[in-house]
Amino acid sequence: MNQSSKPYIVSDPWAKLQQFTDARIGLGRCGTSMPTEEVLKFKLSHAQARDAVHQPVQTEAMASKLQQNGFTPLVLHSSVQDRSEYLTRPDKGRSLSQNSVDLLTHEQTGYDICVVICDGLSAPAIHESALDVTIHFLNIVRQSTLTASPVCMVTNGRVAIGDQIGHLLQARMVVLLIGERPGLSSPNSLGAYLTYAPLPGLTDESRNCISNIRKGGMSTGEAVRKIAYLVEEAFTLKHSGVALKDRMNSDYIPLLSFQSKVI
Amino acid sequence: MKHTSLKKLLALASPLRSGDVLAGIAAENEEKRVRAQMTLAEVPLKRFLEEPVIPYEEDEVTRLILDEHDQEAFAPISSLTVGDFRNWLLSDVADSVTLAKLAPAITPEMAAAVSKLMRLQDLILVASKCRITTKFRNTIGTPGTFSVRLQPNHPTDDLTGIAASTLDGLCYGCGDAVIGINPATDNIDNICNLLHMLSDLIENYSIPTQSCVLTHVTTTLEAIERGAPVDLCFQSIAGTQKANTGFGINLALLQQAHEATLALNRGTVGTNVMYFETGQGSALSANAHHGVDQQTLEARAYAVARKFSPLLVNTVVGFIGPEYLYDGKQIQRAGLEDHFCGKLLGLPMGVDICYTNHAEADQDDMDTLLTLLGTAGCTFIMGVPGADDIMLNYQSTSFHDAAYIRKLLGLRAAPEFENWLQSMSIHSKTGSLQPILKSNRLLELSAKKIS
Repeated sequence: MNQSSKPYIVSDPWAKLQQFTDARIGLGRCGTSMPTEEVLKFKLSHAQARDAVHQPVQTEAMASKLQQNGFTPLVLHSSVQDRSEYLTRPDKGRSLSQNSVDLLTHEQTGYDICVVICDGLSAPAIHESALDVTIHFLNIVRQSTLTASPVCMVTNGRVAIGDQIGHLLQARMVVLLIGERPGLSSPNSLGAYLTYAPLPGLTDESRNCISNIRKGGMSTGEAVRKIAYLVEEAFTLKHSGVALKDRMNSDYIPLLSFQSKVI
Repeated sequence: MKHTSLKKLLALASPLRSGDVLAGIAAENEEKRVRAQMTLAEVPLKRFLEEPVIPYEEDEVTRLILDEHDQEAFAPISSLTVGDFRNWLLSDVADSVTLAKLAPAITPEMAAAVSKLMRLQDLILVASKCRITTKFRNTIGTPGTFSVRLQPNHPTDDLTGIAASTLDGLCYGCGDAVIGINPATDNIDNICNLLHMLSDLIENYSIPTQSCVLTHVTTTLEAIERGAPVDLCFQSIAGTQKANTGFGINLALLQQAHEATLALNRGTVGTNVMYFETGQGSALSANAHHGVDQQTLEARAYAVARKFSPLLVNTVVGFIGPEYLYDGKQIQRAGLEDHFCGKLLGLPMGVDICYTNHAEADQDDMDTLLTLLGTAGCTFIMGVPGADDIMLNYQSTSFHDAAYIRKLLGLRAAPEFENWLQSMSIHSKTGSLQPILKSNRLLELSAKKIS
């Protein structure tokens, strides 16, 4: 029998492998069931993730940080009234409120890139990673021949709202950053969705996705490189989505084909 | 209500779920829902062949359903109404052999319709009579067995992390359905690395199971072209042509992928090489539902699946979120409906018993559904370390959950895999978990990957 510090628990001799993954491995068992301590830890994580869903994004603080870094923020809202409607009405989360549509129609149009930051289902993801990705990516864009629109910040939005925004701003490509559904071990995961020639009504096949951007997942630096790679490929192929395969090499240098300015 | 279209009637008769409300097709109140069920009970099964819910000309899934319908097998039930059909299914006339013969005569819409008149115990009892066996390197679905997909996902596809979770699952007796990874990125080099890693593992320990990396079918085709060891070809599928277009697939592409995977000839005991996932609400989320209720569309996805003789099909029942299945009650009913419809149509049906953190559900709801599905003869479930998928960010069933249901109901792993578990001293002769000794050869798996 295995030695165990607790009575009635059969411990797992590979528990030391926990250092290689956040997955809940090597938990041991009582009979075939999960030990008391693990059951309670799980419940606590679930409680925290549930709370993350309902926490609002600090839009104003983030907008001023963007300004400090020399980028113009545009604050937008979906047609959703409140958080509970957001959870049951994805259709409303995909479309802008009339006020936001009016705001965008008065904006200048015609850009290569439009970055959208959308709260989605995790404010912690936005707070921890969205600005970092946006600022680093747009700084690379600035070094290139490509043009970027103001940074759009959306509350209660879904992924497809980026297509409407990109279309109204006549952007060639939308890069939408969104708080992913919170996981138990990662209530702070950011996703990036890229659409070439954004148009309302496009579906998932037209998009490329990068997920799990967070500490312990994909780093923001790697995410920026990957976004740049997919943008560059999409501009070359003149489409995004299923037919754009991620074949990024480890020595990829972002947006090289759009470099003209001397760095 | 007698002159209501079949499509509308099916939607009105569907038990309440948020997705149908979102689509604007649900009954407006409880009484109307039951009245619609009463009308549906009077509908002759024949009418489903004459009145497709999505036009034949517009939709290749409809064409598949009608073109492949077996009129001869249909004869014994051709005079029944939907209500009669429920009675017949629950009667002792409908035994396992009869139901197996009938499968090609049942259209997805017939299965969906009768399920709407059924209580949970009906869905469980009839499904438990359906016997579907499939084979690749082991035999899935024989009576008295219960299989598990080992799902060792990692947020960065780190091979050491994946190996650690795989070891954990194998030591809990899981992995007989498949060892299947959802990759974090679809980079082709990454996909090939994962395929090679799983293939080496299965070969080194002579595990009678199959591997799968759950990427898009076109990426799997590319991996095959590169000579990667592909056991099973995976694809998410839906019940309308338009929704499948949203997934970037059509029947011809699936056919091509099926043939390419078959040609690798990697199975040892059988040739079922496809693995499909489905889930209520996928068509609506792609705005491709044609006003048809989500449960009927889900059943239509099974027509797509059965065309390609899959090894495994599972509905990912609570993954899509509360806008389609609001809470534990809706998830439970949907899971049992999907399992029933899949089995009735002849599929090796498993269920990813799961929920997301924005749904009104918790572990108690999953325990209920797991226990009910175990009694219904569900073919397989997922095994995720501690029920927490750290890549896909949702909660499924754990290795412990799988051991629980096997112990509770006296079920075993797939026979070839069960023998392997016993040979590795993971299971006792009676199929129960044994303490893993430090000297167990399987523990070297981690040492290899780590060194």
